[in-house]
Amino acid sequence: MTTTTTRTAPAAAPPPPDLAPAELAALHGLTVSGARPSLPAYVRQLWGRRHFVTAFATARMSAQYSTAKLGQVWHLVTPLLNALVYYFIFGIVMKASHGVADYIPFLLTGVFVWDFIGSSINSGTRSIHSNIGLVRALHFPRASLPISTVVQLFQQLLVTMGALAVLLLAFGQMPRPSWLLAVPTLLLTAVFAAGCAMVMARIGSSMPDVSQLMPFVLRTWMYSSGVMWSIDSMLAKDAFPHWVTLALKCNPAAVFIDLMRFSLIDSFPAHALPPHVWAIAVGWALLAGVGGFVYFWKAEEAYGRG
Amino acid sequence: MADTRVPTVIADDVHVVYKVHGGGKGRGSATAALSRILRGGKAEKGVREVHAVRGVSFTAYKGEAIGLIGTNGSGKSTLLKAIAGLQPVASGKVYSHGQPSLLGVNAALMNDLTGERNVILGGLAMGMTKQQIRERYQDIVDFSGINEKGDFISLPMRTYSSGMGARLRFSIAAAKDHDVLMIDEALATGDAAFQKRSQKRIEELRATAGTVFLVSHSIGTVRETCDRAIWLERGELRMDGPVKEVCDAYESFSG
Repeated sequence: MTTTTTRTAPAAAPPPPDLAPAELAALHGLTVSGARPSLPAYVRQLWGRRHFVTAFATARMSAQYSTAKLGQVWHLVTPLLNALVYYFIFGIVMKASHGVADYIPFLLTGVFVWDFIGSSINSGTRSIHSNIGLVRALHFPRASLPISTVVQLFQQLLVTMGALAVLLLAFGQMPRPSWLLAVPTLLLTAVFAAGCAMVMARIGSSMPDVSQLMPFVLRTWMYSSGVMWSIDSMLAKDAFPHWVTLALKCNPAAVFIDLMRFSLIDSFPAHALPPHVWAIAVGWALLAGVGGFVYFWKAEEAYGRG
Repeated sequence: MADTRVPTVIADDVHVVYKVHGGGKGRGSATAALSRILRGGKAEKGVREVHAVRGVSFTAYKGEAIGLIGTNGSGKSTLLKAIAGLQPVASGKVYSHGQPSLLGVNAALMNDLTGERNVILGGLAMGMTKQQIRERYQDIVDFSGINEKGDFISLPMRTYSSGMGARLRFSIAAAKDHDVLMIDEALATGDAAFQKRSQKRIEELRATAGTVFLVSHSIGTVRETCDRAIWLERGELRMDGPVKEVCDAYESFSG
């Protein structure tokens, strides 16, 4: 390295213009590479990439079990086995089923909806980091990544909810008009989960360590959201003040799970829902969805660093 | 003369700094991590910074083909990513006309999917519309030559040989037209026949793109393809000028 440090003044190709680079750029209408677009422009770009978002989600969904002998059947078997374990531990060993009518549908609804919310947040945290190659190679609105993760999990949720409907019929529940309430509940849950995934994607991309902590945070959240037991009948035994029960029931996971139970299960009582439950659900969905999107967009140009 | 040329990319004192986690001393051993926590504060101890590009400035004009040369690890690919706006710069600015794109789609493809679905997925990832992909699908498959030895396009990509995979990836990436195109060592994939085809395709891309950047270790390729060269060494711009001068200087430097 001791040879001549010929930093030749550009000989022929680029005559250093008299203008400063910024002025020259402005003169010819050049823009800063990799700058963050405005929020409306960002929404438009994202909409333009909607086919990529769904194709990427579907591709990962179908690639997931492609080497397994049973293939796509695992999309159905895995959540059912999961629920079976919870049924054994909480339903039989710990007797959480006491005082809960139709415990099996109650448990399945809770596990499936929670699984969607929890996995969305968990994979959302990793969504930028695990696709860093893609982020560094191609241009697209980065929000496509957490959103397509949630779309993938939502497809999974639809499969399991279909199975749940079949099981409900097998348990002798007849389809009723209130089943239609499952549709808005699913949509609100999806918006909420996508918002959380975007918030966590931004945090996880700058602090990869967070993804190690998420399983513990999520487990704590799961156990306090009445996934395997009814918050009412569990807390009634102890002398908890009323506001504790109410706060637990107003937490978004419990709201969405209980709304789904209320829609699908005959025996689930309306008084188990917190007051103004639909307003609370819409509020959580909007807060997470809009807030999460804006929060994610604010760091758009920084993803891919480090 | 200088006033009539239209600049397409302007790099103004660009610095790129990588933060590498786990590169520092003591990282990885639990006791070291614990003592770091006990000492408090210095949480960034385990992070090392790599200053990959140091203050590079240049202006690229419409119709130029620019070769980036330099020894391994001199910051060529990093500079390319910074120009494309994919790697955030630590300081300085890159101005560009339109959206510079990197010729590469590898990261979007999935080995467990069929070649057919990967063509669609890769096209969508590059921002093509479904309509455009439908129109070019047959061209992409024909160009890759995947189906010359049977119906391989409907098999998962993990069953392809590495050469076949590289050919399909290049064919997908080269299917789109670009304003400012950057090619990172993409010329050396596949067998001789395919290399000839891809050389031709790159010429076409050059004709339609405003400006082409090419990173290559093969000085021969740079001499053939480019008219201007930029020589980077240890992240610094060593020389910038007509391709012959710079390549001669580089060759006498590397001996």
